[in-house]
Amino acid sequence: MLIVKHISAALFALVSLATPLRAEIQIQPVLSPNGHSAWLVEDHSIPFVALDIRFEGGTNLDETGKRGATHMMTGLLEEGAGDLTAQGFAEAVQGLAAEFSFSSYRDTVAISARMLTENRDAATALLHEALSNPRFDADAIERVREQIQSILASQAQDPNAIAGQTFNALAFGDHPYASAEEGTADSIASLTRDDLITAHRNALVTSRVSIGASGDITAEELGDLIDRLLEGLPQTGPALPSMAGFSPNTRQAVIDYPSPQSVILFGMEGIAMDDPDFFPAFVLNEIIGGGFRARLMEELRVKRGLTYGVGTSLSTADWQPMWLGQFSSSNATVGQALELVDQILGDVAENGVTDGELLRAKRYMTGAYPLRFDGNGSIAGIMAGMQQSGMPIDYIANRNAFVEAVTSEDIARVAKRFLDVDNMLTVVVGQPEGLNTAP
Amino acid sequence: MRRIIAALAGLALLPLSTGYAQTSGDVTNFNLDNGMDVVVIEDHRSPAVVHMVWYRTGAADEPNGKSGIAHFLEHLMFKETETRSSGDFSRIVEENGGDDNAFTSWDYTAYFQRVAADRLALMMELEADRMANLRLNPDEVETERSVILEERAQRTDSNPGALFNEEFRQLAYPSHPYGIPIIGWRTEMETLSREDALAFYETYYAPNNAILVVAGDVTPEEVRTLAQTHYGPLAAAELPARARVEDAALPQDQRFEFADERVAQPYVMRGYRAPERDHGAQEEAAALSLLAEILGGAPSTSVLGRALQFDTQRSVFATAYYSGLSLDDTQFTLINMPSAGVTLAEAEADVDEVIAEFLERGIDPNQFERIKFLYEASDIYARDNASGLARLYGMALTSGLEVEDVQNWPDVIAATTMDDVMDAARALFADAPRVTGHLTQAQAAEN
Repeated sequence: MLIVKHISAALFALVSLATPLRAEIQIQPVLSPNGHSAWLVEDHSIPFVALDIRFEGGTNLDETGKRGATHMMTGLLEEGAGDLTAQGFAEAVQGLAAEFSFSSYRDTVAISARMLTENRDAATALLHEALSNPRFDADAIERVREQIQSILASQAQDPNAIAGQTFNALAFGDHPYASAEEGTADSIASLTRDDLITAHRNALVTSRVSIGASGDITAEELGDLIDRLLEGLPQTGPALPSMAGFSPNTRQAVIDYPSPQSVILFGMEGIAMDDPDFFPAFVLNEIIGGGFRARLMEELRVKRGLTYGVGTSLSTADWQPMWLGQFSSSNATVGQALELVDQILGDVAENGVTDGELLRAKRYMTGAYPLRFDGNGSIAGIMAGMQQSGMPIDYIANRNAFVEAVTSEDIARVAKRFLDVDNMLTVVVGQPEGLNTAP
Repeated sequence: MRRIIAALAGLALLPLSTGYAQTSGDVTNFNLDNGMDVVVIEDHRSPAVVHMVWYRTGAADEPNGKSGIAHFLEHLMFKETETRSSGDFSRIVEENGGDDNAFTSWDYTAYFQRVAADRLALMMELEADRMANLRLNPDEVETERSVILEERAQRTDSNPGALFNEEFRQLAYPSHPYGIPIIGWRTEMETLSREDALAFYETYYAPNNAILVVAGDVTPEEVRTLAQTHYGPLAAAELPARARVEDAALPQDQRFEFADERVAQPYVMRGYRAPERDHGAQEEAAALSLLAEILGGAPSTSVLGRALQFDTQRSVFATAYYSGLSLDDTQFTLINMPSAGVTLAEAEADVDEVIAEFLERGIDPNQFERIKFLYEASDIYARDNASGLARLYGMALTSGLEVEDVQNWPDVIAATTMDDVMDAARALFADAPRVTGHLTQAQAAEN
């Protein structure tokens, strides 16, 4: 596919590949006096620590009829805690120059924090108040409720959000994944303070927490900090959902939207991280839709100018792994672009990939991996995510070997198993032309 | 709930660390004989490096009628050179485990790679090659023009907020080229040619118009040796003076309305023409930076957020924004997104009232002290992000500042008093020409 006219450049690249970079990350497992575990990368060169705290469960834990409660609850954690109102809390955080962020996702409620060494005790106490003792004041609830209604109104006009929500509704039956985690205008309007208290009680549960820390802190100090942060939170919560399954009863949906360009989302069943074929699938995804030199990008953008960008990714969501792709294209070229996608995926399913593609993907993936560990914040996040996914602590040291071990036979097998174009769901938002609308 | 609402308004809410950097001895700068500037930021915590080349040219340097050519050329820089095939650049970077990309603004065009530190020489070889030896294949130019038109469709034409911003800038900069969109006007983009791209390249792409920024696990000596080897042999070019068309005296108070059926959340935006940071003269910009934080920082502690989101619940989101990193005059921007039932006219009056009250009452000393401390801490946090620092120096040096200005900025901020901020606020709100826009929802046409 790629013609190398100039051998010297290619050779130079080969020579310089002789010494692959290794991720020199020393992770210490930490067990706090109260029995909570965490992973730590200790680095005293900058006087602050980054923390990443993830509670398994997330917006999936919304009770029936209370869609959006976990998302709204998470938004209210920084809106007043203990003796401090929303404004008092914000002033206290600013006064310490600490940074807290509270986010909810389908499978997780995540808190990340940066704390200066000089006032870490006070910052820890504040964050503990937010986690364990949020006020849910009436005025804060109404303020955040209106913000969420505004977000919902905007999403209803946003072609990317419309595409995602349509896809999920068609793909996931009556599983929580099928509906927007922010809730609906009606569900948000009806949420009460008690609903938020329940959502808080259900989501922030210590038996489901994963913690990563990186920066200016010792293992002993981190153990104490974690015990202080988690003190008073319940140990167990309600049952987590079961698998969602992927069972759309249509292959294609078109949502009319007034725009010169359409947003296209496509996807099919993916592969779980503990599946023995995960790494071949991971490498395969890189070759098809990972980077700028991937096949879809080459064929749709570089050769034909049909899109500004197209990419695919393996979604390793807890309750249904998926393989997802997205791009935008002018309405007039949507049909042509989608036909190409089908053709490229079908070709890979039948013929696998070339040795050159496999080699290039491995070089990129193994070379780029160590670059992810480029600061306290990213290291803390990666470690929390690894623990949540049940990865062993030596995963970072071994991960590149897993990538290297993938063979072209593995890729061919996985492509056949997994690139099932006949069971792909495609959602188009726009006013597309040239679509093959056969069922 | 601050981030998501900001994202909703389509705002780039930059953290305080932007425009602020460490003053420790980890930053070194020097020049090559051909006039190329070099900045080295040492961070030895991980064996990686960011290699960036910034050109002192962008959309505001485009010839009349050629809007979008700076950005189009940026795309075409990933194609052929005299010794490398189209796509080789990114392929070689990828095969070496690196990520590469580029971006264009009004005052700069920048190219970067993140890669293992031992690949720095290869990155320099590639970047130096395309600085001097670009070749453009006519067929590829045709295809890539479709790509940038798709990019415009995706980023601008599909986004009413982006279209609103385009109209805003046209009024704010009627003659000055900051009024031109970086991506270009569609009708002009459609006519951009291979010759246009090459002419822009020949004029502006030369070592004496470029800044090399390397951040990560390197020493200044290593960078100097490698840069001399790879960039040193390139010949300097004769550069045009960097003088833009100035706007004549602007109308004091311009207004416009932009209606689009895709708007879900209307808002009012007002921009005041404001001075930028200048070499050796950053005091007023420092005062305006603090003013933006006081008026529009965290909603629960800022003047606008408190008045409109807390004391009353008249707004869903209200903020102020200013960045002094710009070669020419910039904007101090206020945004108010009203709650349901509040009109845009009322939302505009609300902002006027809050500002008038602020000018009368002055600054809460406790808030001022907290913000000063936040700036101090952002110095510590910024050191965790070598790529961010590299970007900061690149932006500063293409915006007419010197390394010492970036390093002095914390002291300038620290020395700014509440009186300085109030003086800057009075001057801005009383005298600066302003543009006020209303983004509203149009009724959908009947089918």
